[in-house]
Amino acid sequence: MNFGKNLTRGIIKENPTFVLLLGMCPTLAVTTSAVNGMGMGLATMVVLICSNVVISAMRKIIPDSIRIPAFIVIIASFVTIVGMLLKAYLPSLDAALGLFIPLIVVNCIILGRAEAFAFSNGIADSFADGLGMGLGFTLSLTVLGSIREILGVGSIFGHALFGASFEPVLLMILPPGAFLTLGLLIGLINFLSKKKA
Amino acid sequence: MNIVIIVIGAIFINNVIFSRFLGICPFLGVSKQVETAAGMGAAVTFVLAMASAITYVVQYAILDPLNLGYLQTIAFILVIATLVQLVEMIIKKASPSLYQALGVYLPLITTNCAVLGIALLNIQYEYNFIETVFHGIGAALGFTLAIVLFAGVRERLETSAVPKALEGFPIALITAGLMSIAFLGFSGMQLG
Repeated sequence: MNFGKNLTRGIIKENPTFVLLLGMCPTLAVTTSAVNGMGMGLATMVVLICSNVVISAMRKIIPDSIRIPAFIVIIASFVTIVGMLLKAYLPSLDAALGLFIPLIVVNCIILGRAEAFAFSNGIADSFADGLGMGLGFTLSLTVLGSIREILGVGSIFGHALFGASFEPVLLMILPPGAFLTLGLLIGLINFLSKKKA
Repeated sequence: MNIVIIVIGAIFINNVIFSRFLGICPFLGVSKQVETAAGMGAAVTFVLAMASAITYVVQYAILDPLNLGYLQTIAFILVIATLVQLVEMIIKKASPSLYQALGVYLPLITTNCAVLGIALLNIQYEYNFIETVFHGIGAALGFTLAIVLFAGVRERLETSAVPKALEGFPIALITAGLMSIAFLGFSGMQLG
């Protein structure tokens, strides 16, 4: 019924990274470049949509008491499929994301949406929710990856932005840069949304 | 000697939080007080050591001989979820007081990516059984160290004046970033 609303909610108002603060591990770990951030976002989105749809379709069959293990098995199956596809068709992205592909299983966004949305809503709504949340996640990872890549390497999506005189801030692509960028970005979003209200 | 290197390396150089980015959710979620942070650290240490040992057996005794390598992710996460449940039941029976202290945090460990992450890394690094267990313990000690230190800083932050927009989560992340810079210093350490 509210297809559009379910779709857009995840992108801005309940953005999983900046507002709900879910799925922090991949957010911080893989955003060393814009491409990696986007790849991770898209991989997570595929798993999120598939698991949302399947869990929603099976919500009347899964007994309440064992729903969490059931969710985990469904999610882990899709993560395995996505991992195999990436290994076969995008080996360089697979190598860059490495350990964090299997770790999509324990991404709290996916289990969180399964529990909070897909288990109590219809298939079409769950699809929209998965797509919206996935897009929101991809968007925020891409933004974070872009900022770190621009400051840390001086390029975006692999294209050099500045001349040879640019001295990259190496710290930004090292672990501390991830914490600092995300912290300041959330602070900025808080600042802007408070100002508007 | 090798084991000492693995443990020290896992605690300081490849700290799960500050250099591997595993287990950030509980790190940010349960670090408001030093006491609860220490409790979480203890629970994670226990589960991680057990999970390392059991996933090692699962990988080399079940998955490899049967050529089921592609089921690794599913098998490991199920082992961990079951293990957490089992640990919860045992602690409840054996030491109700410890159960009281850890109670809330135990089920959360299933979704702690440090546990699954380290289990997968153990296999990737081709550690033998002893190395696997000690790598698990070292990583968990690194987690405990990070979360307890971080909770200490956050307790201080409660009473200090922070710009309005940075209150809560953002300042916590910036704190973590500064601590991470400190931990970068360890990466220059030469072992062995």
